[in-house]
Parts: sequence; C-alpha cells; structure tokens
Amino acid sequence: MEENNLKEMKDMILTYVTKEYIDDDDVTLTYETPLISSGYVDSFSMVSLLVFLENKFKIKIPPSKATPEAFDSVNNIVALVNQYLNK
Amino acid sequence: MYDHPSYDELTTGFSWSIAEKELDYSPGDVINIGWHCSDRICQKGKAGKIALYYEGFGGAVKSYTFNDIRLAGNTIGAFLRCQGITEGDRVCLFMDRIPELYLSFLGILKIGAIVQPLFSAFGEESLFVRLENAGTKAVITQKKHLSKVRKIRSRLPDLELVIIVDNIKPSELEPGEILFSLENTEPVEKFELCPTRAETHSLLHYTSGTTGQPKGVKHVHYSIVSQYLTTKWVLDLHDDDIYWCTADPGWVTGTSYGIIGPWSLGVTQCVLDTGFSAQTWYKFIERYRVTVWYSAPTAIRSLMKAGDDLVNEFDLSSLRHLASVGEPLNSEAVIWSGRVFGKQFHDTFWQTETGSIMITNFPGMKIKPGSMGRTFPGITGAVLDPVTFNPIEEPGKAGLIAFRPGWPAMMRTYWKNEEKYREKFVNGWYLSGDRSSIDHEGYYWFIGRDDDVINTGGHLVSPFEVESALLEHPAVGESAVTSKPDEINMEVVKAFITLKPGFSASPDLELEIMNFIRKKLSPLAMPQAVEFMDRLPKTRSGKIMRRVLHAREWGEEIGDISTLEND
Repeated sequence: MEENNLKEMKDMILTYVTKEYIDDDDVTLTYETPLISSGYVDSFSMVSLLVFLENKFKIKIPPSKATPEAFDSVNNIVALVNQYLNK
Repeated sequence: MYDHPSYDELTTGFSWSIAEKELDYSPGDVINIGWHCSDRICQKGKAGKIALYYEGFGGAVKSYTFNDIRLAGNTIGAFLRCQGITEGDRVCLFMDRIPELYLSFLGILKIGAIVQPLFSAFGEESLFVRLENAGTKAVITQKKHLSKVRKIRSRLPDLELVIIVDNIKPSELEPGEILFSLENTEPVEKFELCPTRAETHSLLHYTSGTTGQPKGVKHVHYSIVSQYLTTKWVLDLHDDDIYWCTADPGWVTGTSYGIIGPWSLGVTQCVLDTGFSAQTWYKFIERYRVTVWYSAPTAIRSLMKAGDDLVNEFDLSSLRHLASVGEPLNSEAVIWSGRVFGKQFHDTFWQTETGSIMITNFPGMKIKPGSMGRTFPGITGAVLDPVTFNPIEEPGKAGLIAFRPGWPAMMRTYWKNEEKYREKFVNGWYLSGDRSSIDHEGYYWFIGRDDDVINTGGHLVSPFEVESALLEHPAVGESAVTSKPDEINMEVVKAFITLKPGFSASPDLELEIMNFIRKKLSPLAMPQAVEFMDRLPKTRSGKIMRRVLHAREWGEEIGDISTLEND
C-alpha cells in the first residue's frame, strides 16, 4: 500500500477511535498506543470497532482474527485490515 | 497443600456462629465492615502485612499494608465527614480499579455512610438512573469519568458533591466539585468509628431485571459473616495466600470477594487495572506468585482462545486453587483448566441479592464439570415446581432455584421498591430467578434464567433498559431485545428494530445505533448485532413476543404461536 494511503488509513482510524472511545481530553492516542490492553477499548466495545472497519473498508474480518491483540493499536488494526482489502 | 474437610464434616452441626466467633462478634456488638477489614487485622498483629498490591496500566505499581489501608480509610472517612457526609448518606464510587476505590470503600463504611459502587464504563444514562434512584449525595470519581457526571448533574438534586481523586487542576473544578489527594493529605490516626450494628445499611449494589429500571440491592454490615466464611471455606484463603479476584468492585463479586472476604481474613490480595490480555494476566500471576484466583467464565474462555502454548511461557506453579463466578462454567473450561494449570476451576453460584456464595464446588470435593456444586452449609436450597412452588424431590427434574431466607448476606430489600422485594419470596422460599435440576448427589445443574434478563460476560443486562434506550434514537420506531449465543460471553445482546419513516436500514445506521447504546448505557448493553425488520412479532393485543425472536436466535422450538398477530 502506498505510504500516503497508509497514513490516511491510520489517521482515519485514530480519529474514529479517539472520537468514539476516549472521554478524557487529556488523552492523546498515537498509532502505537495500546487500545485494548490499556482498557481504552474494552472487549465488548471491540465489536463496534470491528463493524466500523468492515463498513468503512468494505471487508469481512473472520471472528477468529478479531482478537484483542489484533485490535490493540492503530498499527495492528491497519495490518489486520490490509490482510482483507482487495480480497 | 491443605487438608480439606468433607462436605459432611462442613455441614454437620453447622452454625453461622462459627464465623461470628472468628470475627470476635457477638450479637448486639458494633460491627463495621470497614473496621473489620482493616483495624481488626492490625489489632491481630498484621499491621505490617501487605493488604494490597496494585498494578495499573503503564506499569504503575503501588502496595499498601493493613496499617496503610486502616489509615487511608480513616483519612478518607474524616475528609467525607468534613464535607458533611454522614451516616446513611449514599456515596457513589465511580472509578477504575485504582487504590482510591478500595480505600474509599473502607472510609465510607467507617463513617456509617452507604457505599454505592458503580461500574466505571457506565454511560451517562445508566449512571443517571442509578444515582437518581439512590438519592446519592456524593460521587467519588476520576477526571477521566468526570464529564459523564457533569452531563447529568443538573438532573440530580440530591447530588451535593463530586470528589475527584486525581490529576485535576483546581482551576478546572466547577461548583460543587472538590479535589482530594490521599497522597497529599495528612493521615488520620485517631478516628471515631461509626458504631454500626448488624442491620445497619452498608452497601447499595444495582442489578438489572427484565422489566423496569435497575434495582438497588440493600446489604447490611452483618453480611460480612457469610462473606468471611465462604471466602475461607470456598475460596480456601489461608494466611500466606496471595489472592487475585479479577472482578471489578462495580459488581458484587468485586466487593464481597474483592474487598470484604479477603481483607476480613487478613489475606494479601492483588489488583490489576488494565484491559484484558492473556499475556498480561499470566505475567501478573507469575510476578505476584498468585495462589488463589477467582475469575469469570468469559475471561476463562478468552484465555482458552488465546491458546495452550501461551500458558507454557509463564511460571504459574504458584496457583493452588481456582474458582469461577458470574455465569455457569461450561465443562470444557473446567477440563481445560485442569489440563493447562493442573487445577480445575471450581464453579460458584450466587447473586447480587444473595450477597455471598450459595451453591458451590468445594476445595477437595469431587467436581462434576458443568455443575455448580452443592449448597454452602447453612443454606437450604431446592428447585421448586413453577406452578405449586413446592420443592421437587425427583433428581434430575428441572425447577426454580430457591433458598430458605435468612442467611447473613441476604439482601434486606430493594431500595425504594419493597413491592418488588416481596415478590422474590413465595411459599417461604427466596426465588433466585434461575432454573436448574439437582442430581441424586445434591449437585445443581444450571439450565437458564426464568426471565428475559440477559447474562452477558457474567453481568445482567435488562432487555427493557436497552429497548427503552433504543427508542430514544431518532431512527428507531419499535425495539425488541433478546440474547444471542456467543462463544466467549455465553450470550450477548441483540436488538431487533423497526425504523421510522424517512430512515433506511444500512450497516452505517447499525453501527450508529450500537455506538448510541454503548455510550448511553454501557459496552455490556450495546447490541452486538442490530437486525432491521419490517415489523416485530406481536400478539394480537400488541405485545412484542420476545420469545419468538429468542427462539430463532437459539435454534429452539418457537412454541405456541396461536396468539401471534397474523400477517
């Protein structure tokens, strides 16, 4: 994937996660911030993040791949999404 | 390893006075949970023993001795008194699993006020309903959760004070808010304990039902008697144990067995305040040499999913006894734990309303994988015929799980809802709302709820609450909520909706509705799927037939549909 597209994807996901899951204005997420293991996004909320990704990128992620580890950072999420783009 | 008495030895001649004597309590004495969990332990020569190891996200690590928690309880109690909090006032704890949550719990009880712990992931509507019902006078919270409290504050005339325990600048405080830093406050040594008695109100935990709003469950200081003894006999805690209860104190497990049980026994416990990760959990057990671990089926199944190989990367040899709570523990999880940890998880059954463990597998007792175990000594249990409410004698026949009232931790009422409380008692029995059978050896086998409440990840969610919240979304015409099966959580929430004119079904609208409920109520209540329908199945009188939707999701027989509205 081109670098520009990759950055765009990361920023889109970062913006979405910040808007939807972070209440505290003092928290600034990065591409590497652990999202699940930090508790910012709990395991129940992961489902809504999965639905967002599938809707946004028109992909289908198998439940077995939608693990806490795969969702634990924006970088991890982008790596997961890329596996299913253009499939 | 310890010798364990047989079930017969535990039950023969049993009396709750066994626990009273060990707690140095005689009827009529002052009894205060906060004092029993701290001061009394110090008086027994354990002042210097570690009470709490805390580990937060990012590597924050703290430890507290029993003397530290005694002083912290005094200090917080004294602070609350200065702010005008008195006996009987409801004080809500709305925090993550940080030390201030556990220490404030003690302080509130020591001044005779009532603790109202609430899960910190609750959205503003869930928070509002519970604070409004309780007439809560003060909330102790963190800066990260403050915005939720601020949004609903104007609708809560009883709420006088919001106390923030971290990271807020004085210039950021609004009227009625105050910063309290335990670290920067002089510890209070001399403290006047409120002389609470057995029936003094101690805790108010909220639980969801099928209909109506969540109910406040009233517990009293005497509950410590059964919480203490069940911790000792079921969780098998001994003086040299390191105990980890994974439950959040927003739920009853996190107070009964995450604070009261272990600390009344003077046992060291550890608390991990991060999101779930199998690796993090195993590392935590290894680091603190956890010996007794009390967790939940959802977490256990998540650990199973993470794989057996991961277990072998850590030294978990310290584990001596494992127990589980919240929902029935499936037999595969029991067998798996025996294989990978060398110890099987012992299932335990109890509820917010019961306050302490009622049916359980005991250490040293034969476990039947998939069974909840047998009744705790002093508890008379049965399964009742749903029509006559008489005990079923026939082994293996399903009925309503019920108990003879009167154990120490039994709820005393539903807050401001005495009518609903009385409905829980029929024919001299307390009805749990669950169904099971009992086999010929006295083991209980869970079948399901007797109502429509959804048990997801070990937490009860009310379909009514979710349906009501769905109706507040501009696109939703009608709503029905039921459960659908889930590999990890046993069941999760699913919503069925019809749309108002002008709205069209789409994946984006589904996501919007999911997020709407997640923020309004909680991540637990969020529908994990939303199905758009032209119309919901209803009776001819217009009542939505949830059971038709439920049966469809679970692949069950739909049953009698003679009253179903025709197409």
